[in-house]
Amino acid sequence: MTKKITYAQAILEAIDEEMDRDKNVLILGEDVGVLGGNFRTAVGLQEKYGDLRVKDTPISENSFLGMSLGMSLTGLRPIVEIMFSDFLLLAADQLLNQIAKIRYMSGGQVKVPLTVRTTIGAGRSSAAQHSQSLHAIMCHIPGLKVVIPSSAAEAKGLLKTAIREDNPVVFIEHKMEYNQLYEIPEGEYTIPFGKANVLREGSDITVIATSNLASKAVKAADELAKEGIEIEVIDPRTLIPLDRDTLIASVKKTGKVLITDEGYERCNIAAEIVMDLMSDIFYYLDNPPERLCLPNFPLPFSQALEFPLIPDQQKLYKKIKKMFGD
Amino acid sequence: MSIKEKKNNYPIKSYNLNKDTLLKMYLTMIKIRDFENAITDVYSRGLMNGLSHLYIGEEAIATGVCLNLTSQDYAVSTHRGHGHLIAQGANLKKMMAEVLGRKTGYCKGKGGSMHIMDISKGILGANGIVGAGIPMATGAAYSAKYRGTDQVVVSFFGDGASNQGTFHESINMASAWKLPVVYVCENNLFGISVDLRKVTGNPNIADRAFGYGIPGVAVDGNDVLEIYRVTHTAFVRARKGEGPTLIECKTYRQKGHHIGDPGTVYRLEEEYKAWIKRDPIKTFRERLIKEKIISEEEIENLEKESRKLIDEAVQFAEDSPFPGPEEAYQDLFYETERVKER
Repeated sequence: MTKKITYAQAILEAIDEEMDRDKNVLILGEDVGVLGGNFRTAVGLQEKYGDLRVKDTPISENSFLGMSLGMSLTGLRPIVEIMFSDFLLLAADQLLNQIAKIRYMSGGQVKVPLTVRTTIGAGRSSAAQHSQSLHAIMCHIPGLKVVIPSSAAEAKGLLKTAIREDNPVVFIEHKMEYNQLYEIPEGEYTIPFGKANVLREGSDITVIATSNLASKAVKAADELAKEGIEIEVIDPRTLIPLDRDTLIASVKKTGKVLITDEGYERCNIAAEIVMDLMSDIFYYLDNPPERLCLPNFPLPFSQALEFPLIPDQQKLYKKIKKMFGD
Repeated sequence: MSIKEKKNNYPIKSYNLNKDTLLKMYLTMIKIRDFENAITDVYSRGLMNGLSHLYIGEEAIATGVCLNLTSQDYAVSTHRGHGHLIAQGANLKKMMAEVLGRKTGYCKGKGGSMHIMDISKGILGANGIVGAGIPMATGAAYSAKYRGTDQVVVSFFGDGASNQGTFHESINMASAWKLPVVYVCENNLFGISVDLRKVTGNPNIADRAFGYGIPGVAVDGNDVLEIYRVTHTAFVRARKGEGPTLIECKTYRQKGHHIGDPGTVYRLEEEYKAWIKRDPIKTFRERLIKEKIISEEEIENLEKESRKLIDEAVQFAEDSPFPGPEEAYQDLFYETERVKER
C-alpha cells in the first residue's frame, strides 16, 4: 500500500511519528513553531505538542545548536532545524568542534543523540548565500553521520532512523523537493544507515547520484537506454557511513563510474568516494572516473545564470554520452 | 569594583555556615591549589605534554559556587577547568591521570587537561574553545525544565568568553525562557595577554545583565563566602523557576595564561602585587583563625590531608599505563566501535 504525499509532508510525518513515540524528542529552530517551518515540515506540531517541545528560537544558530548538545547529554533527543546549510556555517563551532567531538574527547563517556536537519540545493533564485550544498564540509569532520535522502519515501525512513540514532546526524534535505509529490509506503517504516539503494540496474556504467540528482539520473538513464546504454543508478543514501560494498560491486560489473552531486566540484564528496573506492575498483575500470558537480563559482541570482551551473538531467545525459565516446 | 574600593570582609559568623561547611570550603580551595602546583611540578619534570591553564588565584569561585550544587546538577567548565572539576567532586586520580595522558584518566587520554569530563557527576566538560560551553549549559538547563526536575546548571566562563557571540545568544535565550542556569563570569582581567579593559567598552560584565532583563551581580572573586552568598541566591532563584542570573566574580589570574607563560610581559606589577596580597586562600585562612572558627592545628591537618590526596593522585597517574595505539581508533561513534567510520 502506498499513498501520495509531498517530500515536506514525509519529513513532517517522520518528525510527528517520532515525537509521538518518544517524549524526549523535541524540535527547535527558526520558525518551526507558529509558522510550522520555513519549508512547511513542522506544520501543526506546536499545536499538537506544545511550545516546550516545538521551540521557535531567535536567530542564534551557534547557540541553539550548542543548546541541543546540552539537551542531548542530559537525556533528550533534539532535532534542530538549520534553515539553510549556508547558515550552518554560523554554527560551525558547535557542530564541528563540539557536537562531532565530544564523545571522542570524553573517552566515550557520553552518547549524543542529536539530529541536525538542514537544506541544500539551488534553483530558487536565492543567490550565493541561500543556495549552497555544503554537506561535504560535514563529511570532512570525524564524528558526524551524514544522511542525504533522494526522495520523500527515503527521507521519511532515514529521518526516523536518524532521530533514533545515538550519534549526531546531519540530515540533508533538498529544498527543490519539498513540494514534489511522491508515492510513499503507508504506515511506519525505517531505513537503515549504510545501505545504498540501487534505483536502476544496468551493465554499462555506474552513476552514483546524491539527493535529488538520483531521480534525475534515473530519467537520464531511461533516455540513454533508448540509445543502448544501460546505466546502473545508485543512491548512496548515507555518505557517512558509506556503503562501499554495493558501490564497489556495481563498478566492478560496469567498469565505469560517474558521481554526481550538487556541492561545489572542488573537494566534492565525489572525489572522496572515488578515492575511497579506488583500491578496490582500479583494475576493473575502462574509463577514468568522472564527476558532475556544481562549478566552482558562487551561485548567481538570475535564473539565466543560475540554471546553467546546476547539475541536471540534460548535463548528466551529455556527460555520460561523452564517457561513451560521443 | 577596583581593589581600592574593596570593603572589609563581613564576619564569617554572619554567613550562618556551620564549621563542617567552612572546613570543606577551605579543603576544596587548597586541594585546587595543590593540584595546580602539582601540575606545575609534573610539567617541569617532563611528565606532561601539551597545555595546562592554571586556576591559581581563582579557587574561591569554583568553591563558593559549587557548594550550592548537588551531584544531580550540572556544571559546564572552561579551558581553565581543574578548579571547577575538583569543587564538583571529581576524582583527583582520574583527573591527574588524564592530564598525564594515561589510560586510567577520565577520558582515557583522549581529552587532556582541557577536556576533562565526568558525566556521572554532571560535569559536562572542560572546553578548548572559549565561550563554547555557554550554549551547552543553557541547553542542559532547558533539558532540566523540559524534564520537570529541580536541577540547576552553572555555566563557568571567563572575561574573554563574555565577548563571544555565544555569551549574548545564550543568555538571551535563558532569559526569554526563564531557564534554571547561573552564569558565572570569572573575570580574571586577561584573555591570554589582552587586558579586558583595553578591549571592552564597559569592563563591568555584570552590568550587561540589565540588557537581558535578568539580575546581574558583581562580587569579590577572592572572597569565597561572598561568592557563596551571592550565588546561593541565584541558585535558589533558578530552582524556583525564576530564571537565570549573571554573576561576575572579579578576580585575578596569578599565573600566566598557561604553564610556560610567565605572564610578566603584559601585567602591571603593582596590580599583580596587590592581588597577591589578597590571595583567596591566604585571606580565608587568616580570617578563619582570627575569628577563631578553626584552630591553626585544624587548618594544618586539612593542608596535610590535601597534600596527601594530591600526592596519591600524582603517584596513581605516574604508575598508570599509557593507552595502546589502537585506542586512538575507538570512541568515535556509540555502539559502532567494531564498524569503521565508513
